Amino acid sequence: MKPDIRPTATSDRDTGTIPSVIHVENLTKRFGDFTAVDHISFDVRKGEIFGFLGANGAGKTTAMRMLCGLSHPTEGHGTVAGFDIARQQEAIKKNIGYMSQKFSLYNDLRVWENIRLFAGIYGMRPKQIATKTDALLNRLGFMAEKNTFVEKLPLGWKQKLAFSVAIFHEPQIVFLDEPTGGVDPITRRQFWELIYEAVEQGITVFVTTHYMDEAEYCDRVSIMVDGRIEALDSPRELKKQMNARSMDEVFRQLARKAQRSAD
Amino acid sequence: MPTSIAIEQISKHFAVGKTGRVQALHPFSLDIEKGEIFGLLGPDGAGKTTLFRILTTLMLPDSGTATVGGYDILKDMKKIRETVGYMPGRFSLYQDLSVEENLRFFATLFNTTLEAHYDFIKDIYTHIEPFKKRKAGNLSGGMKQKLALCCALIHKPRILFLDEPTTGVDPVSRKEFWDMLKRLKAGGMTILASTPYMDEAELCDRIGLIQSGRFIGRNTPEQLRAEFTAPLRAVRASEMSRLLRDLRDYRYCRSCYAFGEFHHISLEPGFSDEDLAGYLQRLHFSRLEIHPLEPTIEDCFMALMQKGGADEA
Repeated sequence: MKPDIRPTATSDRDTGTIPSVIHVENLTKRFGDFTAVDHISFDVRKGEIFGFLGANGAGKTTAMRMLCGLSHPTEGHGTVAGFDIARQQEAIKKNIGYMSQKFSLYNDLRVWENIRLFAGIYGMRPKQIATKTDALLNRLGFMAEKNTFVEKLPLGWKQKLAFSVAIFHEPQIVFLDEPTGGVDPITRRQFWELIYEAVEQGITVFVTTHYMDEAEYCDRVSIMVDGRIEALDSPRELKKQMNARSMDEVFRQLARKAQRSAD
Repeated sequence: MPTSIAIEQISKHFAVGKTGRVQALHPFSLDIEKGEIFGLLGPDGAGKTTLFRILTTLMLPDSGTATVGGYDILKDMKKIRETVGYMPGRFSLYQDLSVEENLRFFATLFNTTLEAHYDFIKDIYTHIEPFKKRKAGNLSGGMKQKLALCCALIHKPRILFLDEPTTGVDPVSRKEFWDMLKRLKAGGMTILASTPYMDEAELCDRIGLIQSGRFIGRNTPEQLRAEFTAPLRAVRASEMSRLLRDLRDYRYCRSCYAFGEFHHISLEPGFSDEDLAGYLQRLHFSRLEIHPLEPTIEDCFMALMQKGGADEA
């Protein structure tokens, strides 16, 4: 297992000297005699959009839970946002943002109440929260909805709000677990434009998706098969290496090798 | 080809709170032929599930009527339930029963047995048969979905309703699933399937694009693409984020969206490739590539959404 993390000639950014926000070596998780995550090693650099791809059951969720401080690795070590994933899980949780595929805001709270709740959990002070809330809502064009119950918002707005809440406390890195499932194609693109804005503010993005065109928006992607990282590079380089026209083709070529049932 | 599903002026609304009202389906009519795969494409909340529930007799429409397999959805509820197989959007099998127990349970509900129709589901069941003692709740992704399809087929229906069968499923499992549907179609099955994945549109005989309870487009995939007449270009350069903003400011830009490694820009009359290239060169983009392209179904969907007025910001 040796993922290639050298900067590639085709990469759009000069990545040679950029520090890592995630660094893991031989990260492994076993459940009984089943190895869900099998000695994976990789780095995610500050300010990049890192796509974490894999078939259902390849081990993505298990790996992500370890990175977020929700699950102890069986073997291996690493750091996220500068904290040790085996020993400093609480510190990791404070320094990351997380948005799950299931809509995670409270439907029966108003827009501003949701922001206050989550910002409060992350330890932000009330005054700071109030100022930033207005700034955020103005930027999103949501000011008129400040007092609206989240339940009443269209799905696309809810997702944009959920993302904004996930990065409200200015984490070093945000984890997005299939953030665009079920939304229309225009909203899906507006969501990615929001991701780009976050990146321009210096936030690192770690994202899983089943939309292969979205893999193309990532600076680099890794593809997991049977608990291992089988490929890691920029989308352009992966397509070149595998002589494929699209990321969909790259994915299929790799995932077809899976031995364990796609589940 | 005889008609398998005939829908006439069906509509449905729901009350929201005390005073609110959502029109889940605006009145519409549609005929689906025997042996046709008809794809319903649209985001969450578009009205897809409501339509499935009406056609499977789980919900009454406000207005209109429909026949499914020749039976009236208002009068022949029992007949329809024997005729159709339904795979709801949410995983609806018994998590604490094994794979085999689930199948036997559903077979019993329809007065049949697993053995009686084994040949009919064999093609799909063999994928999961090695795990037949495993509890359904311990399966994941693709396998759950194959089991759900087997359970929907166990009484040998003639018409299949699949509500987002591939949502959240990886591209390889999705392809396998569609291969199975193709084989069912070859055997004469009529299939109405919904999906949020635009690339699956190409696998359907006809598709309906649905948004906020209305069909904004309905045709064969080829014909829908042919109706997209605006010039379309794929553009990439070194700074994709700035490129998107600047393309949208281009005077002949109709709309522009990120599309994987390229941006797709559709253009107004008056545009020329030289003019577009000149505009971008003056803005100092390096590694600029521009080439014409055929619209995808997703391009069509977005253009139709804008024409119909997207209701979401």
